[in-house]
Formats: sequence, structure tokens, C-alpha cells
Amino acid sequence: MKKFSKQTISGFVNYGIIVVFFLLFQILSATGNLGSSLKGQLIPICSYIIMALSLNLVVGISGELSLGHAGFMSVGAFTGVVVANSLSTAVPNGIVRLFVALFIGAFVAGIAGIIIGIPVLRLRGDYLAIVTLAFGEIIKNVLNCLYVGIDGRGLHFSIKDEQSLHMEPGGRTILSGPMGALGITKLSTFFVGIILILLVLFYIQNFVNSRPGRAIAAIRDNRIAAEACGIPVTKYKLMAFVTSAAMAGSAGALYALNFSTVVPKKFDFNTSILVLVFVVLGGIGNLRGSIIAAAVLTVLPELLREFQDYRMLAYAIVLILVMLVTNNEKAMAFINGKIKAVFKKLRKGEAR
Amino acid sequence: MLSYLINGISLGSVYAIIALGYTMVYGIAKMLNFAHGDVIMIGGYMAFCSTSYLGWPVIPSVLFSIIVCTMLGIVIERLAYKPLRDASSLAVLITAIGVSYFLQNAALLIWSSNPKAFPNMVELPNLVIGDIQISSVAIVTIIACIVIMIALTMFTTKTKLGKAMRAVSEDKGAAQLMGINVNATISMTFAIGSGLAAIAGVLLCSAYPTLMPTTGAMPGIKAFTAAVFGGIGSIPGAMLGGILLGIIEIFAKAYISTQLSDAIVFAVLIIVLIVKPTGLLGKKMAEKV
Amino acid sequence: MSNKDIKLVQLPSPNFVPERDANKPLMLEVSHLGIDFGGLTAVNDFNIGMSPTEISGLIGPNGAGKTTVFNLLTKVYEPTRGTILLDGRDTHGMNTIQVNQAGIARTFQNIRLFDKLTVEDNVKIGLHNSIKYHMPTGVFRLPKYWKEEKKAHDRAMELLSIFDMQDMAKYIAGSLPYGAQRRLEIVRALATNPKLLLLDEPAAGMNPSETSELMENIEKIRDEFQIAILLIEHDMNLVMGVCESIAVLNFGEIIAKGTPSDIQNNPKVIEAYLGKQKEG
Repeated sequence: MKKFSKQTISGFVNYGIIVVFFLLFQILSATGNLGSSLKGQLIPICSYIIMALSLNLVVGISGELSLGHAGFMSVGAFTGVVVANSLSTAVPNGIVRLFVALFIGAFVAGIAGIIIGIPVLRLRGDYLAIVTLAFGEIIKNVLNCLYVGIDGRGLHFSIKDEQSLHMEPGGRTILSGPMGALGITKLSTFFVGIILILLVLFYIQNFVNSRPGRAIAAIRDNRIAAEACGIPVTKYKLMAFVTSAAMAGSAGALYALNFSTVVPKKFDFNTSILVLVFVVLGGIGNLRGSIIAAAVLTVLPELLREFQDYRMLAYAIVLILVMLVTNNEKAMAFINGKIKAVFKKLRKGEAR
Repeated sequence: MLSYLINGISLGSVYAIIALGYTMVYGIAKMLNFAHGDVIMIGGYMAFCSTSYLGWPVIPSVLFSIIVCTMLGIVIERLAYKPLRDASSLAVLITAIGVSYFLQNAALLIWSSNPKAFPNMVELPNLVIGDIQISSVAIVTIIACIVIMIALTMFTTKTKLGKAMRAVSEDKGAAQLMGINVNATISMTFAIGSGLAAIAGVLLCSAYPTLMPTTGAMPGIKAFTAAVFGGIGSIPGAMLGGILLGIIEIFAKAYISTQLSDAIVFAVLIIVLIVKPTGLLGKKMAEKV
Repeated sequence: MSNKDIKLVQLPSPNFVPERDANKPLMLEVSHLGIDFGGLTAVNDFNIGMSPTEISGLIGPNGAGKTTVFNLLTKVYEPTRGTILLDGRDTHGMNTIQVNQAGIARTFQNIRLFDKLTVEDNVKIGLHNSIKYHMPTGVFRLPKYWKEEKKAHDRAMELLSIFDMQDMAKYIAGSLPYGAQRRLEIVRALATNPKLLLLDEPAAGMNPSETSELMENIEKIRDEFQIAILLIEHDMNLVMGVCESIAVLNFGEIIAKGTPSDIQNNPKVIEAYLGKQKEG
């Protein structure tokens, strides 16, 4: 029998978690035990899981702080909407159109990743963080002014207003500046979301344990030593960054094609931070942690809807406390001790 | 043209005062204090409450606002940042964001999301030169900025506390060995930064008199950009970065596009950093091999 | 030691090499190398020639510019003056990465391992440029991935066996004891398949028995891999025992060159450097 390494097993556990998550919600929904508000959250949860996984590739594995990840989500979202909208007659099949939209959304976000990555990745640490933040804001700002329409002659773009699209009569506006995309046909399904998560997970897990993944981890641990080992630092940093951007793009397309309207303001600095919080709370570099943190922290605010006024305040306090506790050695030693004690008890119980 | 320039310098002066807080805190604690923008907002609300509800005159209410923010700065540092002195910078960043959310949502609960009309704090006539009119708020802002700049420079170069501050930002360990109380120095930096934020809050709200719980967020990010633009950690850099950013923003709004002005501001930042990766006046840091 | 009776041969150029390499072209030829930092000259008029299998030492008091020479050779710094010929090829305009690919590998005075990765992965990163597959092959786990990874694993184990470190392959590099970390750095450098190995204080922090083992291993590496080794070291037993030629650096300039015995008897060196050693 072939022996599996620890990493391979851990990878399969992650796939398992996603599949169980899918089955659980399918059963809940089939038996009518799933509240409508939670049901509406399923696809956003998938999107945020992909966002967290892809950001983990940059922050955890490549070790660069990016504060503009929502920008790529935004590029993917609006590209996806434009693609889905313009192909509505050419590709009548919803699922096929969705996959095309997801793919092109990822592709365009990847190109945005290249354009941004090449100048940005020369910078280090906090400077890189601020420039990614700046790019995120630029993307939001530009999309806020972008008008796209379609008519018999094809697509029209403008950054002024709807009139300057100069469309033939009967043309449709797809994006209208700050109003965003209106009248989107909902194409995203929970099942496709799950498939997309599995693909992203498959990609990242295999990538990390291969030649390029090792090179990226080496650059994170010690850039100077990596250079001295003949590793083309810029190439690999860019590879991680662009891959991550493309994944965020597909997450954005999945997200946008789940709603009837999406505004550019949705993908602002706060969304970037939200995803970063998933990554940090889940454990930097820990894929399973990212998945769980993204799912729980997307669902939790919905469940706490009754405490409307206080929930964000509570969220802030919990965030601060978690950071204080996890970074305090004494507290962590105490918690680990408790966990171990519980496990010991369980094992003793089993032995009996 | 000239009035745009003055408006730009005035807006830039506000950014500069905020950026000073960012830069000082970064210099000494090496952390990106994302909650700084929200301290500005609190400063604005404090001044608003003391004038509108309590009917205080201008000077005492500004002082009140400064005192509250200074205390707030010290409390935030003690409770949230001090325990993380040795933690990863990412942990500190997330905590700062937590503090930012906390302040915004606390303000939301206390004052609701309805914008408050900020009272006119500067009851002076506008200055008229020929056919251009310069608002008194702009003049007061610019003067405040110059005074703060001079005072801070004097403080950091001439006083013992200021020198201690610079020593801690150069090398914490060495400063401690020289008998400097590092914790007290860091607290003091937060106090000064937050006090400046209160002044910036009052000036900002005087120029743009709508006050909301999210008022501080965007100016905060822009001032942070200004601090990086000028070279984060450098006090003259923050000043220069802030004023340039203000001028660029006003001119972009006037001559290119109102909607795209933020994009232009950020694009200029990116170009500057690509040409000069440590900002305009930043020190070049080489890693020792 | 066998090195003691090695004879150096004067070449037509101002260089001399061990007798056995006399007819081979120089592997490394550095002439008039220098760098200024601001107004300060850190290294000036540095000349050295090394034959393909020579073990050479670079010694000198602290702050003499020894590590700076390594940083110039590996292009961490771009030289202000002078040329570096590697196998007759000018490295001008190359960066650190290209210099490594051209055949110079190094270790660092302050150890620079990939701390969070395993010992085996550290070596595999050294092997990066000899593993032949690209990203899609890795992501989709094509047969070539398994074949190349197996090859890399075997090669990594082989290299680790030089220092008897195969058993540590699964350990996290940052958790190794100091001496093992220094040895791992050498293994990682060797994995990049160099022609010239630069060792920056390889014996620092090692105890005497570890040091003497290291000396044997340095010679073993030279014999097995047939490469040139240039080392910086303060441990005079190691330098005198293992090096065939020695250059002494003081205030950024070479003040003496020769065999270990030449150096030991050179009054200039004794004054600048060894004199202090004898007192201590």
C-alpha cells in the first residue's frame, strides 16, 4: 500500500470538510430546516471561503501583506456580470454561461494582478501593504465611474455617463457607474460554489508542495538566501500574487452572479480587511483555518441579526480579544493545557 | 487657480496633521494604526457635543476634545496595543482594525448614523484679496498646521522627552539600556498623536461640516497615504506628503474629474513609491547581509 | 596535514595556484575589485585568482571587509570598480540569482536558513534549478512530478549524507542545533551545483571536535565535487590546516598572499593580525 504523507492526509481532510459542509446544507435544505436568511448566505460563504484561501496564498504562503484583495474580487465580479450578460443569447445554458463567466472573471482579475504585481512586488512590508490598499481603492473608484452597455454592435464603454455610451435603441446598460450592475440574471448555484472551492483548494494544496510552492515559501522565510540559491524571486512572488488575484476574481464572479444588483462600493477596503481577518483568525498559512473562519464569520453576523445594534460592536471586541489572547503565551499555554486535558479524559474514557 | 491652491494647502494641512499622528506612531511602535482615523471622528463629535449640547465657547470645547482624544489614545494603547508589543505586525494590524470598528460602532450607537451639522468653529470673516475669497477656516487650518509643525520639531529636537522619543524609534533595546522608559515614551507618542487627531477632527469638520461615525475613515486612509508618500516615520515627510496630497486632490477634482480624484491621488502615491520605494523623505534601509 | 607541503606555482598573471592545477585555466579571476559606500572605501584593489580545485582562505581582523568581498562576488552589492571573471566569463551586470546559476554558491555569517521549512525542503530549494518541471505539472501531479520529486529526494538525501544528516531530513530547519544549521547551509549551497563555494565563517560557534570534522568534510567536498572553495574563518587551526593558499585582508586591501607557512611567517600579517592572536 502506498503511504501517504501528513500533508496529503491533511489535504484530503480539507476536501472532506467541504464535501460534508455541502451535504449538511443540502440535507438541511431538503428537510426544510434551513432558514431563508441562511440559505441566501450559502453562495456568499463559498465566495468568502475562496477569497480567504486565495489571500492566504499571498499572506500566509508568500508572506506579503495585501490590503487590496477586494479589488480583484471586484474586477472578477463586474467582468463576470458583463460576460454573463453579453452571452445571454449566445450561450443559453445557465451553467455553461456561469463557468465561462467565472473563468473570464478569473482571467481578467489575473491580468489586473499582473499589472499591479509587477510594480508593487518590488516594495516590501508595510509599503507593499499601502500600495495594494491604494490599488484596491483605485479599482473601486474607476469601477464607480464605469458605464458598460451592449447593443447590436457589441459592447460599449464609457467613464462619463450612460448617454456617452451612444447605444443603438434597444441596447441594454450592464454597468451604470456608482449604481453598479442592475438586473443580473442569477446564475450562481451552491453546487458550483462548492466545486469552485474544491478546485481552488486542490490547486493551492498541490501548488504548495511542489517546486514553485517551495520556492515561494523559501522567499518568504529568507529572501536573501533564496536569491543566493538561484531562485528568481520576482517571478515566484508574481506567480503567487497573480494566482491569488485570479482566484479572487472567480470568487467575485460567483458572488456577483448570485445577486440581482451589485455596487462597486461593496468591494472596498472594508471587504479586503474582512477577508484578511478570516486569514489571520484562521491562522496564517493554515488553509483549513481560513475555510472555517470564513464560513463561521460570514454566518455569525446573520445569526446575530436580533442584536442588530450591538453585533458589530461585539464583533470588534471579540476581534481584539482574540488577537490579545492568541498572542499571549501564558493564555495560549493555559488553553492548550485545557484542550489536552479534555483529550486525555476522552481517551481514558475510550480505553475503559 | 490661486484659490484652488489655497484650498489644496488647507486640505493638505488637515491631512498633514493626521499624517503626523500616523508617522509618529509608526516611527516608534512600527505599527500601522488604522484606528487613528476614528480618533479624528471622536474628536469631531467631542467638539460637536460640547458646543451644540453644552453651549461651550470654541476654545474650551476644542481643548475638551483634545483632552478626551489624548486620554483615548493612551487607553487604546494600554489596553489593545501594549500587550502585543512583541507580537507579529499582522496581529497588531488586525487589533488596530478591531479598535477602529469598535470606535465606529460605539459612535454609531451613541450618535446614530444620521449626519450631524457641525457648528462653525471659526467665526471670523473670510479674507478677500481682489476677486478671490479665502475662507477663514482655510487660513486657520494652515496656521494651525504651521504652528504644530514648528512645535513638534522643537519638541523632538530640543526637549528631553522628544529626544527620548527619537531614541526609542531608532532602537528600542538600546534606548532601554540608556535608561529611557520605553513604555512611557510610547504612551506619550500615542497621546500626542491622538491630541493632534482631535485638532484635525475639529478642522476637518469645520471645512466639511457633516459629522458621521465614518467621517474619519477616508481622511484616515488618505492621511496614512500621505505619511507613506512623504516617507513613513519622518515628521517633515508627513508634512510634505500631507500638503502635496491635498493640493493634488483639489487640482484633480477641479481639472480632471471629481469622481476619479481619489484614484488619481492613489495613483500618484504608487508612482512615487515605485520611483522612490521609501517615500519622498524616507530613509533608505538596507538589510545587512 | 597534506596541505602543508602543497606547492604554489606562479602563473604569468600575478596569481599563483596549487601545482596540480597549474595547467588548467583559472576558475575565478578577480582584479582590482573595489566598492565605496558613500565616501567610505570598504574594499579596494582586491585581486585573487583561484584554480578549479583550490581551497583558499580569506582572513583578516574584524571589519577588514571579508564578508563584503563575498557580497561583491555574489552581487549582493554591485562593485564600484574591478572585474570578476568566473570561468573566463565576466559577471558584470549579473544579479545574485544569475551569479548563483553561473556557479557561485555561498553560506552566510549569520545563518540564513529557511527556518519554517524542513531540512529536506531546504536542500530541495538548493536543487531548485536542477528540478525540471513547471507549475502545471506540479499542480496536476503529472507523472513527471513524481519522477522529478523522487530524484530530488534521493539527491537531497545523498547530499545530506556528507554530514550524516539524513536522519534529520524531516526536522524543521529552524529547530536544529547551531552546528547542524551551519552544516545544512553548506549542504544547501552544494545543492545548487556550484563551481565555487564561498563559506563565511563555517566553524563559528562549533566546538573543537565539530571543527575538526568540518575540516575533513571541506576537503572531502572538494575531492568529491571537484570544486573550488573560498572560506572566511577566524579559527586559525582550520584555516592553516585546510587552506592551500591564504589571502590576508586589512582595511579593505590585501596585505599578504601565500601558502599557510608564508602567511604565518609574514611580519606584516603578524603585525596586523596574528600578533594579537599570539598574545591572546
